[in-house]
Amino acid sequence: MKSNGGPDLNGLHDPDFPLPEGLQSTIAVTSLDRVYNWSRKNSVWPLLFGLACCAIEMIATAASRYDFSRFGMEVMRASPRQADLLIISGTVTKKMVVPIVRIYNQMPEPKYVLAMGACASGGGPFKEGYNVVSGIDKYIPVDVYVPGCPPTPQALIHGFLTLHKKIESQSIRTVPWYRSGESAGIPIPILGPDIIDPRQAELIRRQAELAASNKQEAAPAPAEA
Amino acid sequence: MADKPVTEQTAVADPITQVVAVLKERFPEAVQADERKGFSGIVVDPRSLVDVATVVRDELGFDYLSSATAVDYLGKGDYFEMVYHAYRIRQGGPALVIKARTPRDKATLPSLIGVWPGVDFQEREAWDLMGIRFEGHPNLKRILMWEGFAGHPMRKDWKEAYYEQDNKPFDSRWPGGQVSRAEEHNPYGKNVAYPEDFTLDGFTPVGEAANYTGLNMGVDITELSSPGLRTDRLIVNLGPHHPSTHGVFRMIVSLNGETVEQLEPMMGYLHRNHEKIGERNTFLQNMPFTDRLDYICSMSNNLGYAQAVEKLMALGPRFQPPTYRAEVIRVLMVELTRIVNHLWAIGFLLNDLGAFFTPALYAIAQRELILDFFEATAGSRLMCNYMRFGGVSRDLPEKILGIPLLANDLIRDENTMDFLTNLITERLPQAVDELDNYLSGSEIIINRCRGVGILPPEMAIAYSMAGPVLRASGVPYDVRRAEPYSIYADLDFDVAVRYNGDIYDRYLIRIDEMRESIRILKQLLPLLDETRGQDIQAGTKAYSPRVPEGESYGRVENPKGELGFYVVSDGGQNPWRYHVRAPSFINLTALGEMCKGHKVADIVAILGSIDIVLGETDR
Repeated sequence: MKSNGGPDLNGLHDPDFPLPEGLQSTIAVTSLDRVYNWSRKNSVWPLLFGLACCAIEMIATAASRYDFSRFGMEVMRASPRQADLLIISGTVTKKMVVPIVRIYNQMPEPKYVLAMGACASGGGPFKEGYNVVSGIDKYIPVDVYVPGCPPTPQALIHGFLTLHKKIESQSIRTVPWYRSGESAGIPIPILGPDIIDPRQAELIRRQAELAASNKQEAAPAPAEA
Repeated sequence: MADKPVTEQTAVADPITQVVAVLKERFPEAVQADERKGFSGIVVDPRSLVDVATVVRDELGFDYLSSATAVDYLGKGDYFEMVYHAYRIRQGGPALVIKARTPRDKATLPSLIGVWPGVDFQEREAWDLMGIRFEGHPNLKRILMWEGFAGHPMRKDWKEAYYEQDNKPFDSRWPGGQVSRAEEHNPYGKNVAYPEDFTLDGFTPVGEAANYTGLNMGVDITELSSPGLRTDRLIVNLGPHHPSTHGVFRMIVSLNGETVEQLEPMMGYLHRNHEKIGERNTFLQNMPFTDRLDYICSMSNNLGYAQAVEKLMALGPRFQPPTYRAEVIRVLMVELTRIVNHLWAIGFLLNDLGAFFTPALYAIAQRELILDFFEATAGSRLMCNYMRFGGVSRDLPEKILGIPLLANDLIRDENTMDFLTNLITERLPQAVDELDNYLSGSEIIINRCRGVGILPPEMAIAYSMAGPVLRASGVPYDVRRAEPYSIYADLDFDVAVRYNGDIYDRYLIRIDEMRESIRILKQLLPLLDETRGQDIQAGTKAYSPRVPEGESYGRVENPKGELGFYVVSDGGQNPWRYHVRAPSFINLTALGEMCKGHKVADIVAILGSIDIVLGETDR
């Protein structure tokens, strides 16, 4: 931060263009990508959305000791329509993944997903449970994984900084959300006899056929013998 | 077997023996004592269950039903057994354990909802997970899983999609150095399994509609026009994604205008199968899982589970009870946890009242200091996994070191006892006073909380409410006094009680309890000095301790209420049954009643004053 209280231009100014001493705190020469990403990464608004134990550490990160408003993130939004970042802070159950996919679909682009902790990343200690999803990436794309059970606030902040790097690496010319055509939402999972991913409808049908043909094969065998 | 602990137990269990004798005389046909080795209580013929329960409640005074759960004795008699733990709320003392059995293939029992309304959710859970039908239950729907789910997963013969073996430790997951993941063995690459002939062609899920049955949807709006004011009936969903449901909790509310007519709690969005996993785990492996029940109070959960298993181990020949220093440290941790929880609860109750995050910031700042101590001692801020059977995992460290958080922060290098003394005698009393001064007299809090969500004492008892919610309704019941455990009998403290049963009293009682906890903590400081250097673990640390056959119900007064663990052992390495009596879950039974007639905005405040944690509600 410059002493005159102006914005931090250090991350913005392109060092290849030297500026006179007195102008460094007020003028920056930069590229469109850089100013676009610089402003985006410093105002990532997370969704006010907690799942389980990790949510407690997420709240601790938001509180005064760790204070993630230092990264322009303090405006946690309760509506997915206003949020940029979905922090999956805890175990995703089969019952809960349905609303989570719906929430993800409701978030406007550009949107990011951070899988916080072991459960969100891969099922964690509860992976073998009958109602537990083995990681949210089975249903929605994830940008940053933060290990830990639960991750400490420092680890979560490291995850945020990693996300900043990812945002910095994007270019306005190639990002998907400015391409023509509509981006399709993720199909909402169905709660049937077990959770059903509609994208696997064909696979489920093939498995049923396979089971039926195995049964047919198995059935005559004892008759012959 | 004839060792000291057993004689002690018979002395304590004496009033229960009398009660059992009375019941056997009264119902000679229907009541039998449970004679299995290590088991206690009575086995009741299902046909007389309601009659026996009524007598137990009205004539014998066991008016408080703490826990009701089912056990599947597959291969051990092949029946389901419903186990009820009833207590006397006025006198305190041990439980009367009532059991009723039903065959596995046609599992039906009479519902006890007319005797103890608090059994409502617990019977629904037994139906959902075990598949026992309760005749006479008005709303027997699934509660943790969804309608349409295939099977009842807590049955011993039900296997999950990632099933490997019945019991841990499992065989190597990297046979011959080949690491594999469970997904790779599943044709769908996910934690799913479908019935063999299942396809999506022509399949209609039961869907959301099932959740709305019994909520009077689709009523003609003209019916509702009350004199003077025309109102509409609305169905409003709160959650599972809602900022003030304290997690992934959901309520379906039927409103007349803005007034709540009916409210149905919906849960299971964080049902992570603690009990199924717990029955595959070894006894000790469950300890870190208990951390994640009520994830704000991991230390207290540890204590409850350790005590439940220690009770069982006490039936065996070589058990040594925890050392004195271990008990002192346990109580230290548990009472600090109570403060952590109540700080958090008050902070978030204020969130719910609209004071968004500012009071919570004050509360969380103090909580961090306690977490620093937990981290230095147990190694983790939140998930302490600290207690062991017969003691604790490690002694208090000599010094508390801390890493600098900001560039100008100092590295903390403090003597642990100095840190604790300062925390307990200075910081925490100040923090509690500060909250009290700023909040208790606030006009907004008084106006929003006084007289809202009233829970009368008889209803609190009937609905099996526990903890601060019960005591704020004028029922001075605290397990630490009613059935003292650890060293609480020697400690000087009062059971906080308030009499109005509204949100305001439930807020005040948490302030009172924090002050009582500080009082206890102050008594512990000299004890910690006296016992310095003594053993923290009785006997040797065992990875897989011998747990003899039998049942035990260990309960502790958790910050949120009575936390109980019902553990059945068949003498093997793993618990045969591992059930958690979760205060957050059972305290929700009365939520609908408490909200009736209030405005929709009061719902969040009433819920906040119950103080639930979803990890424990859904387990």
